[in-house]
Amino acid sequence: MPRLWVVRIVVVLTVLLGLNYVVWRWLFSVNWDAWWIAVPLVLAETYALIDSLLFGVTVWRLKQRPSPPPPPTGATVDIFITTYNEPIDLVQRTALAAKDITYPHETWLLDDGNRAELGEWAAENGIGWIRRSNAWHNRPRHAKAGNINNALMATEGEFILILDADQVPQPNVLDRTLGYFEDERMALVQTPQVFINVPDDDPLGSQAPLFYGPIQQGKDSWNAAFFCGSNAIIRREALMHLGVSRYAGEVEIGVHKALKTSRGVLEQARRELGPDDNRLRAALDQVGYDIRRARNELRRGVAIADVTYRFQQRVDALAREMASHDVVALRADLAVIAELAEQLGDDDMSLAKLDEADLDAVVHRDWSPLGALQTVSTLVGSLDMGRVEEAQPIMPLATISVTEDMATCMRLHALGWRSAYHHETLVHGLAPEDLGTMLIQRLRWAQGTVQVMFRENPLVLKGLSIPQRLMYWATMWSYLSGFAAVVFVAAPAIYLMIGVLPVQALGSDFFVRLIPFLLVNQVLFFVVGRGVKTWRGQQYSLALFPVWIKSFRTAFGNVFLGRELDFSVTPKVRPTTTGPQWQLIKPQLIAMGLLVTAAIVGAVRLAVGQATWLGTGANLVWVVFDLVIFSVLIRAALYRGHDVPSETDTITDERQLR
Amino acid sequence: MTEFHVHQTDRGIGVIAPEGRLNMVSAKQLTEAVAGLIDAGAPRIVVDLSGTEFMDSSGLGALIAGLKSTRQAGGDLRLAQPTEQVRTVLSLTNLDRVLRARDTVEGAFDVV
Repeated sequence: MPRLWVVRIVVVLTVLLGLNYVVWRWLFSVNWDAWWIAVPLVLAETYALIDSLLFGVTVWRLKQRPSPPPPPTGATVDIFITTYNEPIDLVQRTALAAKDITYPHETWLLDDGNRAELGEWAAENGIGWIRRSNAWHNRPRHAKAGNINNALMATEGEFILILDADQVPQPNVLDRTLGYFEDERMALVQTPQVFINVPDDDPLGSQAPLFYGPIQQGKDSWNAAFFCGSNAIIRREALMHLGVSRYAGEVEIGVHKALKTSRGVLEQARRELGPDDNRLRAALDQVGYDIRRARNELRRGVAIADVTYRFQQRVDALAREMASHDVVALRADLAVIAELAEQLGDDDMSLAKLDEADLDAVVHRDWSPLGALQTVSTLVGSLDMGRVEEAQPIMPLATISVTEDMATCMRLHALGWRSAYHHETLVHGLAPEDLGTMLIQRLRWAQGTVQVMFRENPLVLKGLSIPQRLMYWATMWSYLSGFAAVVFVAAPAIYLMIGVLPVQALGSDFFVRLIPFLLVNQVLFFVVGRGVKTWRGQQYSLALFPVWIKSFRTAFGNVFLGRELDFSVTPKVRPTTTGPQWQLIKPQLIAMGLLVTAAIVGAVRLAVGQATWLGTGANLVWVVFDLVIFSVLIRAALYRGHDVPSETDTITDERQLR
Repeated sequence: MTEFHVHQTDRGIGVIAPEGRLNMVSAKQLTEAVAGLIDAGAPRIVVDLSGTEFMDSSGLGALIAGLKSTRQAGGDLRLAQPTEQVRTVLSLTNLDRVLRARDTVEGAFDVV
C-alpha cells in the first residue's frame, strides 16, 4: 500500500522538522527579555507541534475497511429518531425515510417535545411514538442522552440506528452496516455526516471531510472510531452492559458517600443535644452503631443490597419508634393543656392562648428529635438502590457531558468493546444555515468535549489502550487552539506596533527551521486528505478562537464550580435576521482591526527607520496570513443560506408534488 | 419463548421463575411480573434463576429495575440459584458486588 507509506514518510518528516524547530526555539531563540510575549509564543508553537504529532499518530495506520459482510438474517433493529423542537415536516420526512429502510426494523420517534400532533401522525403511519415516562418528572432530563436512555427501556431490538431529526437515511443504510456486527465485540458502526444544504465553498465550514474520512479512518485503525451522535448503529447489548456496569460502580460510590455523610449529620445532631435528651441520644447512638456496622460489612465484601436493606430496616424501625413516642408525648401534653383550660373555667379565649403556648412547646421539645431523625431518614433514602436522584437506575448513554456520544463511546472502548467507521454516505443531513446557529453548535461540541476532558480524562480512564487514549486526547487537544490563536494574532501585532520581537533574532537560522516545518505540515494535510478540502477546517480552527476559549471557561465553571453551562439545542431552521450578524464575531473583528492597524503602524515605523526590513516583512506576511484565516468569517456573516436545494423548501415542494 | 412462573409462598413472598432466556426480548415480562406482585401486596420477591439458561445485560437491567421498585414499595428483590452463565454475567458487570445470589428460594429472605 504505497499511499500509506507516503503518509508515514511525511509524518516522520513532520515530526523531525517540527522537533528541529521547536527544540531550537526553546533552547536558543526565546527572547527572555520580552518573556511576556516570548513565552506564550513558544508555548503556542509547542502546542501546534503536539497537535501535528497527534495527527501523525492518528493517520499512521489509516484504515480503509473493505466492504462489510452481508447483514445477518433475522436481526431485530429499532430506529430512533430523536426530536425536541424541530419543525414537524422535517421530522416527518426523516421518519418516512426511516420507515422505508429495506432491512426489517421498527421506527420510533423519540419526541422530547411531546407533541400530540406528531403522535397522531406517527400512529397513522405505523411509526412508534415514545415520550418520557413518568419517572422523568422532576428529575434531570439529560437532553438527548436522557431521551435515548428512556427509549432503550421501552424497546427491545438487538441493534439501534440513531438519527437526528434532520438526518435522512437511504433505504440501504442497514444492509450496508449490520454485517460489521458479525464481530461479537463490535459495539457500534458510525457512518459519515454529510450535509445537502451546503454550497460548494461551504462558508460555514459545515462539511467535515477530513474528520469523516482520514481522521475517523485513522481513529478506526486504533479501534477508536468515534460515535458522533447520529447516523450510527449500536448494539443494544453493549449499551446495556455499559449501563449495568456503571450502575454497580455508582451504587457503590453512592452508598459509601451516604454513609459518610450520615455519620457527619449524627455528630452534628449529637452536639445540639440538651443534657436531658436521653432518649434521642440513645437513638442517635443506635444509628451511629448501625452506620459503623454497615461500613464494616461493606469492607468485608458483603453485597451492597444486603447491607443497605438491613441498615434501612433498622433505621426505619427506630424512626417509627421515635415517632410513636412523640405522639404519646404530644397526647400527654394536650391532656395537661385540657386540664389547665378546665381549671381556668372560661374556655374559648384562654384555650386559644394556651394552644399557642402549647404549639411553642411542641416546636421546642418534640420537633427536634423528629427533625434529627428526619435528616438521617433522608440520607437512608439516598442509600436506596435505585439511584433515586435519577429517572432510571440504568443510564447507558453517558450524562456527564452535553456531547453524550463521545463520553459513551469512550466508556464502551474502556469496557473492551470495538467500534467501526464505515466510510460511505448513507444518510443526508442538514447543516446550520446561518452564522449564529453554527456558532451555537460549535460551542456545544466544544463544551461537551471539554466536559469529558475534565470529568473523565482519557489519559487516566481505566481500560483504554494507549493509542485509544491518544485518539480521544487528540480531539480534546484540538480545542485548545483558541488560546494559541490569540498568541498568533498578538505576536505580529506587537512587533509591528512597538517593535518587541519574541524571537532573539530573525536570522536565516529561524527561517531555515520554521519554513520547512510549515510546508511539511501542509503537505501532510494534502497527502492525507487526498484532494478533500481541508482549508475551511484549518481556517475555522483558528478563526473561532473566542468560541473555543468560551467552551473552556464555561465547561470549567460547570464541572468544577457547579455552574450552568448555558446549554442550548441547535435550532434546525434559519432564524429570520435582518442583516449580517456582525455582533456575533466582535472579538474577531477587533482582532482584524488590530492587525490592519498594526500593519499600517509597522509600515510607518519602517519608513521612519525604527524597524528592520526583515522584521517588518516577516511580520507583515504573518498578518496577511492571519487576515486570510479570519476572512472566512466575513463570508460567513454575509451568508444568507443556501437557497437552491434548501431543505425546508424542498420538503414543502415535494409534499405539493405528491 | 421464555416462560415466567409466578407464585406467592405462605409467608407472602413472591417468587418469579423465568424459564429459558432472560434477555432483551423477555426482560419486559420480568418487569411486569415484579409490578404485578407489588400490586398484589407482595413487594418481597425472589427471582428463582435455576431455570434461566441465559441472561444478557437487558435481563440484568430488569433485575435492577425490579430492585428499585420493590425497595420503593418497602420490600426487596433477591436472586436465588443462578446457573453458571448467569453467575458469570453477574460477575462480569460487577453486579455481584450489589446483589448476592441465595442458595435456595425458600431461604432467600431468612436473616443471616
